[in-house]
Amino acid sequence: MNSLGWNTVLWLVGLFALMALTALIGVYWERKVIGHFQARRGPLHHGWHGLLQLPADMVKMISKEDVVPDAADPMLFQLAPMFVAVPAFAALAAMTFMPGFAFVDMRHGLFFIFAMQTVMPVGFALIGWSCDNKYTLLGGLRAAAQLISYEIPMLLAAMGVVMSVGSMRLTDIAQAQANGPWFIIRQPIGFAIFCIAVLAEINRTPFDMPEAESELVGGYHTEYSSMKFAIVQLAEYTALLMGSYLIATLFLGGWNMPLLSASPIWLFIKVVLLMTSTMWFRATFPRLRVDTLMEMSWKILIPVGLANIMLVATLILVLPKRWF
Amino acid sequence: MVTFKRAEACTSTETVLLNIGPQHPSTHGVTHIMVELSGETVVAAKPILGYLHRGIEKLAEYRTYQQDIVYTDRLDYVSQIGNEWAYCRAVERLAGIEVPQRAEYIRTLFCELNRITSHIMWYAGVTMDIGTMGTPFIYAFKARERIYDFFEAVTGARMMYNYIRFGGVRSDVSPELLADMHDYLGGEFLTLIDDLDALLLGNEIVQSRMKGIGTFTPQQLVQWGITGPFLRASGVAQDLRRDAPYGAYDKVAFNVCTSTVSDSFARCEVRMAEFRESARICRQVIESMPEGDISVKVPRMLKPPAGEVYVRTESPRGELGIYLVSDGGPKPYRFRVRSPIFYNISALPKMLPGWKLQDALVIFGGIDTSMGEIDR
Repeated sequence: MNSLGWNTVLWLVGLFALMALTALIGVYWERKVIGHFQARRGPLHHGWHGLLQLPADMVKMISKEDVVPDAADPMLFQLAPMFVAVPAFAALAAMTFMPGFAFVDMRHGLFFIFAMQTVMPVGFALIGWSCDNKYTLLGGLRAAAQLISYEIPMLLAAMGVVMSVGSMRLTDIAQAQANGPWFIIRQPIGFAIFCIAVLAEINRTPFDMPEAESELVGGYHTEYSSMKFAIVQLAEYTALLMGSYLIATLFLGGWNMPLLSASPIWLFIKVVLLMTSTMWFRATFPRLRVDTLMEMSWKILIPVGLANIMLVATLILVLPKRWF
Repeated sequence: MVTFKRAEACTSTETVLLNIGPQHPSTHGVTHIMVELSGETVVAAKPILGYLHRGIEKLAEYRTYQQDIVYTDRLDYVSQIGNEWAYCRAVERLAGIEVPQRAEYIRTLFCELNRITSHIMWYAGVTMDIGTMGTPFIYAFKARERIYDFFEAVTGARMMYNYIRFGGVRSDVSPELLADMHDYLGGEFLTLIDDLDALLLGNEIVQSRMKGIGTFTPQQLVQWGITGPFLRASGVAQDLRRDAPYGAYDKVAFNVCTSTVSDSFARCEVRMAEFRESARICRQVIESMPEGDISVKVPRMLKPPAGEVYVRTESPRGELGIYLVSDGGPKPYRFRVRSPIFYNISALPKMLPGWKLQDALVIFGGIDTSMGEIDR
């Protein structure tokens, strides 16, 4: 166990900075990427290529009036974003960037991250409920239902990797891909399921029903303004970071790169590419229907995920350890 | 895999009343629909109109016939030429004014160009409704901008043209511009429409969202008074450009686009096909454009003889009718608009119940509303 020393403080500050920077630069990057997809140029006028848009947005967020609707339950309304944000931030503690380069190199790091993510639906349902607004209620319930449904296929897909590696420590999982093919090649079905589930888990297009601007105005965060809205946004971008990190570590070799020496830079590049591709999806895809979404999880992803586990288990038994 | 049925409200939970609009991202203007939801299923729907009421019909009675043309622009503000033309035809029939051939051709040309820009607005709206971030929207607007440039070159305006006059049009179109239009509508435009087609109809998510959604029988639609692409998508080949030709429509060859499926997807297919048909009409009109005058002399203070007239035209949204009563004076005694969308939107209480909230917005998007014409 780490004792509470300078090391811990530095790590906490570092992780917080990572989270804040992800959200800030993520917003800017998303606006730029989608802008260029749409034959526009995105933010351009403040600073070099609109870079000062970031501080401007931040100042705007902070200086806005913090509105609590009359009909809202004030206690829950204040508390609910924390149920989304705290688990999302806490999950960062398990992030491993290199062997030995981690805040806590947990033996059950993967388990810890998933455990934290299971708390988030509670937050969404609470947000939806506490505002006493019909749009947020529908959005919150949709978010909760969606997150619960897609946790299962996500876990099933991750289970294949865990079985193959024999450990839930993120370091072990990434290191297992150091001298062999990445898990995207060894378990392509698991990779596909995991990517879809992660996309749904972080409420990104085409699974952004909870926000569903064209139906539910802003979905569950319709009523939030100022810093509370910022916190919800922060949590969403942190979840996006976490999702991309998990895909990169579990299936894309983490910090490893074939023929090149391992470095956190590879991890960084992979995460950025994955985050950018979610923005690409957002610029391209329309939204699914709620019931189609549920059917996809329960009727397709979960059975296929279970079959994948069977397949992986069989291959582990049949093939020599070196090959699989 | 997925079967779509009309969901039945079988739960005994309390229903929720949800106001969609007047301030809502997917209401195409200031539509206000009150929907009663049981879970996510619509139990009842009620459109509430009047947010954009400007009293155009009454105002028109206090202006001269000539002054009223500008009001017709503001009825359906995305297909302005069609409205002007309908009104001018009504007045011309009242006053017995003959329109030169060239003017008829120019009117037809711009009416069809306007139909294209109007359908582009529908395309933009419907893609936003099903949840894209606006990428197809902006691609479609490329064509709209280009066509608005043509309008600007001839009429001087991009939105409110005030272009059609009794007995003709306000200004002539140069041969260079006509050639330019012909090139664009025969090449670049069609490529863009193919792209838009692939973006919308070729998308699997769109198909799963739209196929089998909003299925109504032709009998139902006729009974509700629905016209335009919405009706044509159910197999009823009703198109006033062919059934009661005006302008140069009887001199060009075009198909009445229909589909027999009668769901939201079929409505999209019909409108996508109409893009190409409109471009085809425009090209034929440009090719056979006669020389001659663009207008005839009409007294500045027009006083049509007493009488009444009803003129039907095919607007991008359905049958647009103008009813005019003259008492022999310089101002119309009564000016009344039969707005196609008013009838289409009035059927919402019958259309929406039984569908999910998400489907309801897709069905509503298929109507292609333009509130200016409903509220007048």
